[in-house]
Amino acid sequence: MSARTLPLLFLNLGGEMLYILDQRLRAQSIPGEKARKDEWTDVDRKRVMNDIITTMFNKKFMEELFKPQELYSKKALRTVYDRLAHASIMRLNQASMDKLYDLMTMAFKYQVLLCPRPKDILLVTFNHLDAIKDFVRDSPNILNQVDETFRQLIDMYSCLSAGEFQLIRQTLLIFFQDMHIRVSIFLKDKVQNSNGRFVLPISGPVPWGTEVPGLIRMFNCNGDEVKRVEFTNGGNYISPQREGSFDLYGDRVLKLGTNMYSVSRPVETHMSGASKSLASHTKENAAPNPLAKEELNFLARLMGGLEIKKPNGSEPGFRLNLFTTDEDEEYASLTRPDELSYKVINIQATQDQQQNEELARIMGEFEVTDQPRQSTSKGDDLLAMMDEL
Amino acid sequence: MYRKARSVPLKSSSSALYNNLSVLPLRDKPLTYFAAVHGSTVSLASAAADGLSVSHRQLQAKEGGPAVSASIVTQASWCVLPSRVLLVLTSQKGIQMYESDGSIMVYWHALDVLEPPPAQAVFARGIAAASGRFICVGTSSGLVLVFDVPSKGTNITLSEVLEEHHDSITDITSEVGENPNGAADLLTADDSGALCVWRAKEEFSLLTKISAFGWTCSSVKLWNGVIAAGYGNGQIRLYEATSGALRATVSAHARWIYALDLAPLTGKLLSGAEDSYVQIWKLSRNPDTGDIEIEHCHSECVTDTQLCGARFCDPEGNSFAATGYDLSEIVRYGQV
Repeated sequence: MSARTLPLLFLNLGGEMLYILDQRLRAQSIPGEKARKDEWTDVDRKRVMNDIITTMFNKKFMEELFKPQELYSKKALRTVYDRLAHASIMRLNQASMDKLYDLMTMAFKYQVLLCPRPKDILLVTFNHLDAIKDFVRDSPNILNQVDETFRQLIDMYSCLSAGEFQLIRQTLLIFFQDMHIRVSIFLKDKVQNSNGRFVLPISGPVPWGTEVPGLIRMFNCNGDEVKRVEFTNGGNYISPQREGSFDLYGDRVLKLGTNMYSVSRPVETHMSGASKSLASHTKENAAPNPLAKEELNFLARLMGGLEIKKPNGSEPGFRLNLFTTDEDEEYASLTRPDELSYKVINIQATQDQQQNEELARIMGEFEVTDQPRQSTSKGDDLLAMMDEL
Repeated sequence: MYRKARSVPLKSSSSALYNNLSVLPLRDKPLTYFAAVHGSTVSLASAAADGLSVSHRQLQAKEGGPAVSASIVTQASWCVLPSRVLLVLTSQKGIQMYESDGSIMVYWHALDVLEPPPAQAVFARGIAAASGRFICVGTSSGLVLVFDVPSKGTNITLSEVLEEHHDSITDITSEVGENPNGAADLLTADDSGALCVWRAKEEFSLLTKISAFGWTCSSVKLWNGVIAAGYGNGQIRLYEATSGALRATVSAHARWIYALDLAPLTGKLLSGAEDSYVQIWKLSRNPDTGDIEIEHCHSECVTDTQLCGARFCDPEGNSFAATGYDLSEIVRYGQV
């Protein structure tokens, strides 16, 4: 519905992805001098984070992102994150990528749902960006890129009305509808029930601009207050303390969107207990492959802006596991319920000749840099890149 | 006062959209129809009084042009006219009207896709029957389309376009009680919180305009010349329809109000919000002073649910129903 939703969706999901990757990289890292050739070090971790953030905040990519457009399917969006996660020397298996995406989406769904005011989604976004800036605080060039996007956000969203923010929020909630994957950190903190639904508190501070419920005021035809009655509304609310800052720097006050992971709080998802309201979910996955033309166009435009720095041939890719052991990862990929499969796009599998020609035409409009592969046509380049996902 | 009754299951969960529940008690059968919106689908369920023997139907939004995904439905509502009842669906592409059981589509109106500013969302939202012969529907540009509906057949025509709002229409309602002054017939509300009161004869004329005070008005009701309006800051306000004067403010909810409904025979008002609560109120007019009064009657918490629709199931307000985001059922309550 709202044509201004995609930047917020992308940046917040991207932020969650970085939190998770950072936590897993730290958990698996070995002190530099002790590390074997195939083990992670701190230096590797910083490099991966820098590479991904640089790719994410690429100017051309951001330009495409900020154009007014409808949200595309979960499948199309997932493809972009797959690409992003592989923007460096890091490699993720399908099972780990699935888990990563589950965690990202459930975390942001939670944040959108629990935002006190729709406008607070912007504060959540700023929390993510503040953290991203901290990840790259030693790299002034990347920091500038992030600040540039920050300013774009402020320009685009600061003047929107509450009603327009609510429309954005409603659009996001439609996107996340019927997702009830259980996340162990949420279960532990008691913010999610065992049936996968989030706990909605009926106590605490009311949103900024709302009065604590309980007062009725009645006026006569002249506008004078003639009666005042109090009532019990059932909840246990208090006044809010202060409003978060919407500037480039400032105290956001809101905790939603800050990093909830740490090395001591590992992340797991439970795939069992699929809820009965998966009707719409399975409907989407049954959508025919190849992708609808417009989604393909969208992907081509976005991917065209993603300048991936390819590692030179001799450097090995480091594999990151989002599970505790390799066996867990293997087990997860075998036991993932069908209806929760993301069915990541594999364009190579498309036999439709017409589709390939269309892709080639689109690719012809973009400059793809740093391609170490020798290929016969630009269309093949895109297919080849997709193939590596 | 109210006790939880058996829920009515839905084929799909409800979306977080304003006024996302419509209820039609049938006159000739002991059944009640319910309608709730999910994405591009409308779930219809018909249930007996005890909540058993439920049957389902699903309607799809009509796609217009080479769309990738079907258009999102923003609202579904029954419009009761003297000679017929129509089920109206509003979506990003336009307006569909069906026979009351959803079996046949009788009319389709596509929204103009002239040159909207690209960043602006385009959709229809806000549905009400008025003056026994019109169906009024709002749009995201602030227009209110007035359709003339014959007593039978498909010859429905667009007879008037009301241009008074500058922001997206959120809700439209008509007078459900008796209006002693015979003045206000229709009430329209928009995203900025502005309200317009109209009189309907052959054409609609603007009676009063109530300015916004900074919060979206998401739901409105009009009863015996009294306006009840629910806002994004959780407040309910009562106004005099003829003059637009503010008569009461209620800090009713801790979050955005999504639905209001009124039981015309008793003046009971209900409000449903994102804070998980349905609140029941009683409106009255003091016979001596003429002042409008409101008192709180009952609170009901639907645990861990952000409500998106709520309606009384009978004209006295002895029972009510509610829908919530991600909830695949309609929760119901009856008076003990």
